[in-house]
Amino acid sequence: MRTDSIIEKFFLICALSSILVIALIFIFLFKEGIQTFIYVSPIQFFTGSIWQPVASEPKYGILPLVAGSILVTLGATVIAVPIGILCATYLAEVSNPAAREILKPMIEILAGVPSVVFGFIALTVLADFTHGVFNTTYRLNALNGAVILAVMIMPTVVSVSEDAISAVPKEYKEAALALGATRWEASRRVVLPAALSGIIVAAMLGIGRAIGETMAVLMATGNAPLLTFDLLNSVETMTATIAIEMGEVAFGSPHYHALFAIGLVLFAMTFIVNLIAELVSAKFRSLRY
Amino acid sequence: MKAVSNNNLKIQSKNLNLWFSEKHVLKNVNIAIEKKRVTAIMGPSGCGKTTLIRAFNRMNEIITGCRTSGEVLIDGKDVYGLDTDVVDLRRRVGLVFQKPNPFPKSIYDNVAFGPRIHGITRRRQLDDFVQFSLQEAALWEEVKDRLNDSALSLSGGQQQRLCIARALAVAPEVVLMDEPCSALDPAATAKIEALMRKLTQNYTVIIVTHNMQQAARVSDFTAFMYLGELVEYGETKKIFENPENELTEKYITGKFG
Amino acid sequence: MISRRVREKIAFTFLRLSALLVLVVLVAILYYIVSNGIGVVNIGFLLRNPEEGMTRGGIFPAIVGTVYLVALTLLFALPLGVSTAIYLSEYARGKNDRVVMIIKMATRILAGIPSIVYGLLGLGLFVLFLNLRFSILSASLTLSFLTVPIIIAASEEALESVPMSYREAALALGATRWQTIRSAVLPYALPGIMTGSILGLSRAAGETAPIMITGVAYYLPRLPTSLFDQFMALPFHIFTLSTQSSNPQLTRPVQFGTVFVLMVLVLVMNLAAIIIRSRYSRLRA
Repeated sequence: MRTDSIIEKFFLICALSSILVIALIFIFLFKEGIQTFIYVSPIQFFTGSIWQPVASEPKYGILPLVAGSILVTLGATVIAVPIGILCATYLAEVSNPAAREILKPMIEILAGVPSVVFGFIALTVLADFTHGVFNTTYRLNALNGAVILAVMIMPTVVSVSEDAISAVPKEYKEAALALGATRWEASRRVVLPAALSGIIVAAMLGIGRAIGETMAVLMATGNAPLLTFDLLNSVETMTATIAIEMGEVAFGSPHYHALFAIGLVLFAMTFIVNLIAELVSAKFRSLRY
Repeated sequence: MKAVSNNNLKIQSKNLNLWFSEKHVLKNVNIAIEKKRVTAIMGPSGCGKTTLIRAFNRMNEIITGCRTSGEVLIDGKDVYGLDTDVVDLRRRVGLVFQKPNPFPKSIYDNVAFGPRIHGITRRRQLDDFVQFSLQEAALWEEVKDRLNDSALSLSGGQQQRLCIARALAVAPEVVLMDEPCSALDPAATAKIEALMRKLTQNYTVIIVTHNMQQAARVSDFTAFMYLGELVEYGETKKIFENPENELTEKYITGKFG
Repeated sequence: MISRRVREKIAFTFLRLSALLVLVVLVAILYYIVSNGIGVVNIGFLLRNPEEGMTRGGIFPAIVGTVYLVALTLLFALPLGVSTAIYLSEYARGKNDRVVMIIKMATRILAGIPSIVYGLLGLGLFVLFLNLRFSILSASLTLSFLTVPIIIAASEEALESVPMSYREAALALGATRWQTIRSAVLPYALPGIMTGSILGLSRAAGETAPIMITGVAYYLPRLPTSLFDQFMALPFHIFTLSTQSSNPQLTRPVQFGTVFVLMVLVLVMNLAAIIIRSRYSRLRA
């Protein structure tokens, strides 16, 4: 009996490691990041519109980076969420089993493609395509990043939405059909509204993934830390900045700390998005019986 | 089977057979339902009674593997014919399910669902439809002050009456009820049984029940089914007091359930 | 007034088109990668070292590096992930106390943390604080933190779907909790655990950002021989060749070849996981 309780304690300690990891992330990001403010005032950091850490007078304003992340994420969301929801509705409400057997694994495969491969595609094929269509000045720009990100977050949006739609009790649909509704009317007026919270969760998870993506945007957007809302400009995201510049900083330098501080901001943003998704998801689960 | 004059028939099935995949669920059913009466279909579990009424509004087809042969005539026209509009059929022949299944919307929106689909969008008109249907379903007085509350906040019996109101809101000609009281307490059951009789003023009512006493109380005609076959059918009084078929008699006297 | 039937046809057409779009995008991606990469890849490409500034030769060290990395990540992540899942599924079930809820929420949050943030943790904790330096050890420890949530999720699901009756039968025979888990639960959850682990590892194989700042190198003359050596890896190879070299066009064929190899690796792993999962569910059904 004693060994059994020791074993249980062992597994408990392993489980607690999840909490430990989050704590460690926060501790290290904070420890290294907070030292930025020895060199830069928080106001300048959070609201400064120039990011030029390698200059005779370095500037550490992260606004262009935050704007870059938001611009690219917003673009990706606008593309991926509607199409993803439509695709999920198709899978859950319209498709026959044969079509589903093909499409679902394909979406899983899409989900497994490494981000650097998406970045490579954005760099080569996609950039030529957008240049041809929009006649862009800069070959690598925010639009590229938004489109490739949309492709990347699509599987998340589709699979989580599809789960939510399939989870709506069949009785509602039956009731609607028995009242003389067409299949589309039953889907649109009864099933989809009932799945709304789940669909919102899907969108939020997609957004969270988009904000946190590094390699694809790094290779697609041109990495120019300019504050802009024009999709055809080159931009740089928070994630890309950290990944590129960390290889060139001296440890302990202001630049080094500033990158950790960006990491902290990034962590906070994705944490909040995922927390909201958690809360909405819990509410969705409690509404169903 | 008692002969009835064709003018009084609302629904008539001719050699109706139905299979779910390999399972032969309805075997050569010939039944004639009279207009504006309550017809009860009773029998032990698995005898096919639910499948029979769902064959009248073609709701069995939602289940994959469903196959039918034979005819179902409503007002003389076969609803399994090639030119049948199934969507409209289901409006004309309404179905109330065994377990109340109101939409997760407000009471108002539940009842207004049908009219809305049919293009009624003016608020005044919808209000009228909602009020009328809830009155027909004997629920209006209880909910008229809280139409915007969630339908799920009603009791079981109220939810079932809401489902009846919802079905009535599309102006059906026939109302099918699949064991509508099986999930309800006696007080709610009594209300719905009274409602069934009241509805015959305007609608043909067909109910499925496993409760013989209910069939005897409420219906004008009763059909007894066993293992997919229609064993006996006739006026309720005759079925219960003087059944012709030995199987029917055994069922009525409780020899099997 | 558009009739209701027509409305339905239009709506369903849009739905079908959206699904078709997703399918077409995927097929296009796969076609692009395969058609451009397959000509480059041959035995020599896989087994030789890079030559002439990476424009010729092979990617052998990158393949070896990725394999070592994934193996080490598995070594660290699998025990921790499965143990956590065992606790959540077997010991904590029914207990709704605060600690368990927090652990579960923590696991979900960990799954949503950006990979570069894991990289920063790895840099701060392993490379600097624990002084493991830029090494395959630091990188694989970092990747294991990233992979653990995936393994936990899949393992937990696999364990929870083992029928209660199996546990009850073992307990009724006098087995302790752990004996029950070991003999009556784990064996049946194994396929699901394997599926999750493979998917987690395929993710680890494709990650670039975390290893960029914890130890991967662009070119090394020798293969890593100790845990504290640096290493090359396929995803980083793709990244550097296509963005950092002075004339990416020259190395384009090698880039395509590397992308092809990485994709094949990832696809094979994903396919293996899918096959295991479907054989498993057929057994249970």
